[in-house]
Amino acid sequence: MNDTAVLNPVADNPVIDSPGNEYKGQYNGPSNVSTTNACKLCTPLGATLAFKGVEGAVSFLHGSQGCATYMRRYIISHFREPMDIASSALGEKNAIYGGGPNLKKGLLNAMQKYGAGVIGVATTCLTETIGDDVARLLIEFREEFKDLPLAELVHVSTPSYSGTHMDGFHGAVKAMADQLCVEKAPANSRVNLFSGMVSPADIRHLKEICRAFGIEPIILPDYSETLDGPALLEYENIPSGGTPLSDLRSMSGARASIELGRAISAQETAGTSLSGRFGVPLFRLGLPMGIRETDSLFAALKSITGVETPRELALERGRYVDALVDGHKYVSGLKAVIYGEEDLCIGLTSFLAEIGVTPVLVATGAKNRNLAAHIEAACGSVLRHQPIVREGADFFDIVEEAKTLSPDLLVGHSKGQRAAREWNIPLLRVGFPIHDRFGGQRLLHLGYRGAQSLFDRLVNLVLEKKQNDSDIGYGYL
Amino acid sequence: MTETAKAITPEIIACPDESVAIPVERVAIFDERKDQIHRIGEGAFSMACNRDSLAGAVSQRACVFCGSRVVLYPIADALHLVHGPIGCAAYTWDIRGALSSGPELHRLSFSTDLQELDVVFGGEKKLAKALDELIPRYEPKAAFVYSTCIVGLIGDDLAAVCKAASERHGIPVIPVQSEGFKGNKREGYLAACKAMRTLVGTGDISDISPLSVNIMGDFNLAGETWIITDYLNRMGVEVVAGITGDGRVDDLRRAHGAGLNIVQCSGSTQDLAKMMRDDFGIPFLRVSWIGIEDVAESLYAIAEHFELTRPELAGNMVERTAALVRDELAALMPQIKEYRRDLEGKKAAVYVGGSFKAFSLVKAFRHLGMEVVIVGSQTGTEEDYRELAAICAPGTIVVDDANPLELAAFIKEKDVDVFVGGVKERPIAFKLGVGFCDHNHERKIALEGFIGMLNFAREVHASVMSPIWNFVPRRELQNSKPALNAGEEA
Repeated sequence: MNDTAVLNPVADNPVIDSPGNEYKGQYNGPSNVSTTNACKLCTPLGATLAFKGVEGAVSFLHGSQGCATYMRRYIISHFREPMDIASSALGEKNAIYGGGPNLKKGLLNAMQKYGAGVIGVATTCLTETIGDDVARLLIEFREEFKDLPLAELVHVSTPSYSGTHMDGFHGAVKAMADQLCVEKAPANSRVNLFSGMVSPADIRHLKEICRAFGIEPIILPDYSETLDGPALLEYENIPSGGTPLSDLRSMSGARASIELGRAISAQETAGTSLSGRFGVPLFRLGLPMGIRETDSLFAALKSITGVETPRELALERGRYVDALVDGHKYVSGLKAVIYGEEDLCIGLTSFLAEIGVTPVLVATGAKNRNLAAHIEAACGSVLRHQPIVREGADFFDIVEEAKTLSPDLLVGHSKGQRAAREWNIPLLRVGFPIHDRFGGQRLLHLGYRGAQSLFDRLVNLVLEKKQNDSDIGYGYL
Repeated sequence: MTETAKAITPEIIACPDESVAIPVERVAIFDERKDQIHRIGEGAFSMACNRDSLAGAVSQRACVFCGSRVVLYPIADALHLVHGPIGCAAYTWDIRGALSSGPELHRLSFSTDLQELDVVFGGEKKLAKALDELIPRYEPKAAFVYSTCIVGLIGDDLAAVCKAASERHGIPVIPVQSEGFKGNKREGYLAACKAMRTLVGTGDISDISPLSVNIMGDFNLAGETWIITDYLNRMGVEVVAGITGDGRVDDLRRAHGAGLNIVQCSGSTQDLAKMMRDDFGIPFLRVSWIGIEDVAESLYAIAEHFELTRPELAGNMVERTAALVRDELAALMPQIKEYRRDLEGKKAAVYVGGSFKAFSLVKAFRHLGMEVVIVGSQTGTEEDYRELAAICAPGTIVVDDANPLELAAFIKEKDVDVFVGGVKERPIAFKLGVGFCDHNHERKIALEGFIGMLNFAREVHASVMSPIWNFVPRRELQNSKPALNAGEEA
C-alpha cells in the first residue's frame, strides 16, 4: 500500500459534495476513536450464518435475547427467508450467577421442540465477559442428558468485541471441522469446499462447477437451500438442505480441500485443520471472481481430478471474454471505490481491474488482514496503480476519503447507498447485506458466469446513468 | 359527535357458533408457555405475561437496549452514541422509517466499537474521546449515550463520563441505562423516558398556548406524526413536541409547557407521561392513531378535555372535531367499501410489538369485513390480553411472546389470509403462502390517521388479492380439493 501511488483525481471531475452528514473538515485518513456507520458486523452474526448451512442445524446464541433478534432481523431483510436463531435469553441473574442453566435449558428446547440434529452455539460479548466456559457446559450437558437422543453440539467463541462477522463465520466453519469431523473417514472421492460467506446462488454455482468436473463436493457451509428455499405447504422448523452431518464426518477422507479466500490464507482454518489432522491436501485460493481467480479454481479442480475444463464452462469463459470486448469501452477508466468484507474486496478489485475499471480505494472494516498485499497479489500486472487500501475503516472514513478521489462508481453492499445517492453515481450492489434491493440471495458473483452477471449489471448501471443524465435520452447506447 | 360516531360504528361480525368444533390440531409446543396462550371461549381467561423469554424458543422479542433505542431513535438533532461492541450500533443504523423535517443525525450510526483491551481496562476513556470527536463534528443539540450489555459488566461509570463531557461541550450528554440483559424492551422504554425526563423542563414555555399537546408514543414513521399534527392544528390545538416523532431536543426541553400529553403505544412513553404528570401536573390521555374509531375517539377525547378544562379558549372544539371527522370519513368510507367488497370474510392474524396496536387492528379489520383469528404481542400485559379476549370472537387465539414455531402452527390451524406483523414474522407467513402487511417501525407507508386506514386497506388488499397465492402449495392443495370432495360424496 502506498498513498503516493494514488491516481490523481482528474481535473474535469467535479468535486463531490459531502454526503449526508454535515462534516466539512479536512480528511486526514482514518484515525478516529469513534465509529460512524460501521463497515462490518459483529462476530456472532457470521457464526449464525455458517451454522445455518448444516443439515438439521439450529444456530444458537449464548447471550441476551436482543442479539439473536437483531441478527435475525438483519439477516431476514437480506435473504427474505425465516432465520431462526435460538437464544439462551440471559437475564440479570444469569449475568451474575452464570448462564449455564439457561444454556442447557435452551439446548434442550432447541433439541426437543425444533428437533435439531446439530446445534451451533456461538457466544456473545455478554457470555464471554462473564466467563461462561461453554466447552465445559456442553460436556456437562451431554452428561446430564445422556439418556436422551442428543444433538451434535458445536461451539465457537465469538465475542463481539473481537474481530468481525467474517471471523465469526470462518471460526464457526473451523469449529465444525474440528468438533464434528474427529475421526479419519474411509478415503472417498469427494472434495471439501470451504467457500466462505458467499450467496446461495454462488454456492449452487460452485456445486454445478464441481459436478461438471465429476466431483460431488462437500460444501461447508451450504445454506443455498436453507436460506433460499421454495414455498412450502408445511412450515419446516428447520429448513431442508444444508451439509449433511454424514458428509461433514467424511471430510477427513476427502481427496482434497479447497478453501476460498486469500485473506484467511495465513490463519488456522477448517482446511488447515483437516490437512493437519488427516492429511487432506489443501488448496487455498482467492474467491473465484473474474477471469484469473476463476482460472485458478479451475486449475485446482483439474489438478485434483485430471479433468480438463468441461466444454460448457469453457464456453461460459469464452462468452464472458466476448462480452468484455463488446462492453469494455463503457467502463474503461472509470474510478471505483470498493468496500466490504476483506475477501470480497480482493475478488472485486481483481474483477474490476481486469475489465479496465480503476480501483482507487478499497476499504474494509476488518483489521490486520494484510489486504493491500493480497490485492497486489490477486491483481498482479492488470492493475497499473495500487489503490489506497484501508483496513478498520467505517463509512465516515470511506466517504471522506472517497470525496478526495472523485469516484465514478461504488461497489459493495447496500450500506454505500447514501453516498452513491448524494454523489449521483452508480452503486453496484454485491455481497451482504442487500437491504434496499430485491434478490440479494440470488446475486451471483463467482465463476465466469458470476463475472458475466456482475459485468452486465455494471455496464447497465453506467448506461442507465448516461441515459438519465442525457438531455435527449439516447435511444441507442 | 354521536351521529358521526354512529356512522362509523362497524357492524359486529357474526360470532361463530360456540359449538363449532375446534380444529383438532392443538398447538402447545412449549409446555412452559401454555399459560401464555389463550383460546377465547375455552375456560376462564388467564394468561401469564411479562415473563422472561423462554431459552431456546426463538422469541420475537428484543432487549433493553432495543427498547431505549427505538424510543429515542427519532430525535433527529441528537447524537445517538452506542457504547459497546459494534453489533448494537450496526443493527440499528437507519433502521426505521422515522422521518425528520430537518436534521437527520438520527439516521447515522455511532459506536465506541469496544475492543478486547477496552473490555479488560474499561471503556471510559474511549467513550470520552469518542464524544470529544463526534460532538464538535456534528454539533448536536444533545447526546444520548446508550449502555449495552458489556458496559453493565465492565463497570464503566457512564454517568460520570457523560457529566464531564457535558461540561466540556456545553450540551446535555445523557446516559441511557440500557444494558441489554437487564430485562426486555419495557425496561428499555423506562430508561429512555428517564433520559428524556432530564431534558423536559429546561426550556422556555412562555409562548405556548394552553390548548397544546405533546404527541407521545408516535415515531413519525412515514410522516405519521405530521398527519396527526394536521388534525390537531385543524382542531385548534398546538403541538409542542413530538415524543419522539420528528423529535427535537429543544422541543423536549419545552414539553412541560403543553396542556396535555397524548400517549400512544402503551409501553414506550407512558412512563414519561407519568413523570410529567407527577412533576408538572400535566394530565395525559391514552390514544391510538390506528383504525377509524380509535382515531376519531382520540380526537374527540382531546377536544372534550380542552372544552372541559379551558372552555373559554376551546370554544366549540368538539364541534370542529366532528366536522373534521365527518370530512375525513366522507372521503374515506366509499374507498374502504370498495376494498371491503373483495376482503369480506377473509381471516387475519395480528402479531405486533405493543398490544395497543393489536386492539386498533382488530377493530380496523372489522371495517374490511375481516375477522382476526390470531392476536398477540411481544409485551402485552394480562389486562391487555383480557381486553383483547373480550373484543375478539370465540376461538380466537390470544398469545403473548410467541415464537416462529407457534406462529407457523397457528397460521396453519386458522388458515389465515393475511398476517400483520414485523420483519421477523414476514418470512414465516410468506413461507406458508400467506399474505402480509408490514406494521412495524420499518414501514414506509403511513398507517395512522384516517388516511392510514385507507393505506392499510390498500396494503391488505394488495397482498390478499394477489393472484400469486394460487400457486403456493397451500392454495394449490385447497384448490384441488373441492373436486376430490365432490367425487367422494358422489
